[in-house]
Amino acid sequence: MIELRNISKRFGAVQANDHVSIKVEPGTIHAIVGENGAGKSTAMRIAYGFYTADAGEILIDGQVRRIGSPQDAIALGIGMVHQHFMLVDTMTVADNIVLGAEPGSPLSLDLQEADIRIRALSAEFRLSVDPHARIEDLSVGQQQRVELLKALYRKARLLILDEPTAVLTPQEVEEFFGILRGMRKQGKTIVIITHKLAEVLALSDDVTVMRDGKVVGRVETKETSAAELARLMVGRDVLLHVHKPEAKPGAQVLGVRNLSVKTAAGAKPVDNVTFEVRAGEIVGVAGVEGNGQTELVEALAGLVDPLRVSGDVDLEGQSLSGMNPRRRRERGIAHIPEDRHRRGLLLEFALTENAILGVHYRRPITMLPGDAVLDDGEIRRRTVDIIKRFDVRPPNPDLPARALSGGNQQKLVIGREFELNPKLLLVSQPTRGVDIGAIEFIHDKLVKLRDGGCAVLLVSAELEEVMSLSDRLLILHKGRIAGEVNPQVATAAEVGLLMTRGH
Amino acid sequence: MGEILNISLIWSAVRLSTPLVLAALGGMFAERAGVINIALEGMMLAGAFTAAAVTYTTGSPWIGLTAGVAAGLAIAWVHAVASIRYRADQVVTGTAINILMIGVPGFLSGALFLSSGSTPQIPKEHLVPWTPIVMAFAAVPISWYVLYRTPFGLRLRAVGENPEAADAAGIRVAAVRYIGVLLSGAFAALGGAYLSIGQSSLFTRNMTSGRGFIALAALIFGKWRPVQTMFACLFFGFTEAITIRMQGVVKLPSGEDIPVQFIQMVPYLLTIVVLAGFIGHSRPPRALGRPYQKER
Repeated sequence: MIELRNISKRFGAVQANDHVSIKVEPGTIHAIVGENGAGKSTAMRIAYGFYTADAGEILIDGQVRRIGSPQDAIALGIGMVHQHFMLVDTMTVADNIVLGAEPGSPLSLDLQEADIRIRALSAEFRLSVDPHARIEDLSVGQQQRVELLKALYRKARLLILDEPTAVLTPQEVEEFFGILRGMRKQGKTIVIITHKLAEVLALSDDVTVMRDGKVVGRVETKETSAAELARLMVGRDVLLHVHKPEAKPGAQVLGVRNLSVKTAAGAKPVDNVTFEVRAGEIVGVAGVEGNGQTELVEALAGLVDPLRVSGDVDLEGQSLSGMNPRRRRERGIAHIPEDRHRRGLLLEFALTENAILGVHYRRPITMLPGDAVLDDGEIRRRTVDIIKRFDVRPPNPDLPARALSGGNQQKLVIGREFELNPKLLLVSQPTRGVDIGAIEFIHDKLVKLRDGGCAVLLVSAELEEVMSLSDRLLILHKGRIAGEVNPQVATAAEVGLLMTRGH
Repeated sequence: MGEILNISLIWSAVRLSTPLVLAALGGMFAERAGVINIALEGMMLAGAFTAAAVTYTTGSPWIGLTAGVAAGLAIAWVHAVASIRYRADQVVTGTAINILMIGVPGFLSGALFLSSGSTPQIPKEHLVPWTPIVMAFAAVPISWYVLYRTPFGLRLRAVGENPEAADAAGIRVAAVRYIGVLLSGAFAALGGAYLSIGQSSLFTRNMTSGRGFIALAALIFGKWRPVQTMFACLFFGFTEAITIRMQGVVKLPSGEDIPVQFIQMVPYLLTIVVLAGFIGHSRPPRALGRPYQKER
């Protein structure tokens, strides 16, 4: 159906694709796996005409074709669903689907015709969605169906899906896979970009593995295993499961009673939440994104206006209410934020400067009376220490944080927060945008911190991560705790149900 | 008060809001496509001066109107190239155009008519007092139809909300934005032309006196929608009509006249009050002011 031959693409100093050749057979589901930055998305964005390749050619049905823009790709029957949906939130489903391929004449948009065709496609591919609903009122799963309909409406024969399951709950993933299998049965060809190996094995017919911009393997799904794929992706053997000893919880460290967070608009993203975290345990928080996880962690870290927070929070029995982030940190709370670019790092600043954020005002970082001057030698010593212990690469303390990959940026943030010797660690999405190899490393560090007696509150959208790392698991739904389970015995399906239905 | 409120007041409100309606609709096309058009004022001035100069020279207001629109298109093209192609800051570009257009007409009228600042008086029979009014108010439903009932309108709105999504859907984002900005230049210039060869009979220095900005306020007040924007313009036109009539009529309790300057401030004060009250409630196109660049 589609074949990429020796595609190369360079962004500045980065060789994103290096002689990449991928062949996708018609009527199959083809998975492209690889770590972040392996070049999967780049290759597919070239196939969709978003980027133009520096070298190489693309064949469609055996013929060399030039794809210079998404228009070209659409004309050749290629559709793409991007990781971040390409939908206009304020418009209706129908508007979004027909956009750029409107029925009717240039002088008059035929919305009835659009409606009929969308309903027909919905029925044919089991993609039920109300054409008149506004995108912003839809769930993420429904928005994804709109994206699929958009491609099908343009008569796509080949669908490229970039990390399609990242935003779905386990139930939605199952349903989604059913839809994709149905499409394959009706003759569509599907390319799915992912880093979730379980999904590759469950869904695909063939797999292409990429690493560092190159194709390093092409296998038939039924003849491979997760371990083999992981080894190809990383280039060495990888532990896919967290190994952790039994938790030995101690005294209560964090106590949260009837905590609520209100927004200026009057919504309650966190609604009357009560729980505790003890020393030496990891308490996980699972939930579909946007169910109050962000607000909960930010309230505990002191990042929410105290006027919008109600309820009691205490650390080792002492109330934290009204304390600003600095005072909370001085009490022993460390925070690894969900978005390291927004809350965790100053991207243009050097690693040395980033490594002391939050302790920059006090000894031993400062010197002279009044903490007037930064102690450069101490800063450098501390940074080099973090770089060494957390394997930050490249190990150059003078580089700007921007120069590091996501995984290495994350390791720097984690290292900085661990340096505080926290009593309580708040950690959100610790491995988002982080390579498999680094994930293993980060998980290991979190378990070690726990074993050292730290109380850990872990929020993650990756159900597998939060289930394998946590000693207890809370499920958040619409700002309330919908349940607590023992992650050792609960199944993903049970947790998924609590995440979506809330009881 | 009876001297102030009567039918002719409404009529004068309609006339005074005509340039606002035209400029605001123009602003709508640019901003719905995601390009801030703070240069409406400058585009109006370009239209006003060119229309007056050409009408005086040729004796035909139709040629004058056409030339005025052409001038608006030319200015808009500069704004479009700077902000779309070269991704300049749209507010800075627009401001530069406004400043430029304060000076250029004076310079040209000096060169052409040996008078700095204004064009010569145009004979009454060469003026177009009605047509632009009809055009302005006819343009409201037409703009509504174009925006909400044609493929072009759908694309324009999509480009202003989420250019990445529009691009992925196969729409040429830059082309749509060019059209939006050029339309704004044409409309705003028409509004300006009405000032010089409709309402009055010559171009005078800075004769728009901030109407481009009031049109922009009306656009925000009208939530970037054609019909609401028209009503916002009528509101501003109405207050202007009242203030004109109040001059010398409304007196202080002491019996003295209120200084004219204070009364003339009213529309501008209202603009500030209205904007301060509404700006939070009126959601601009999401990509407004954000240049779009494809990664290559």
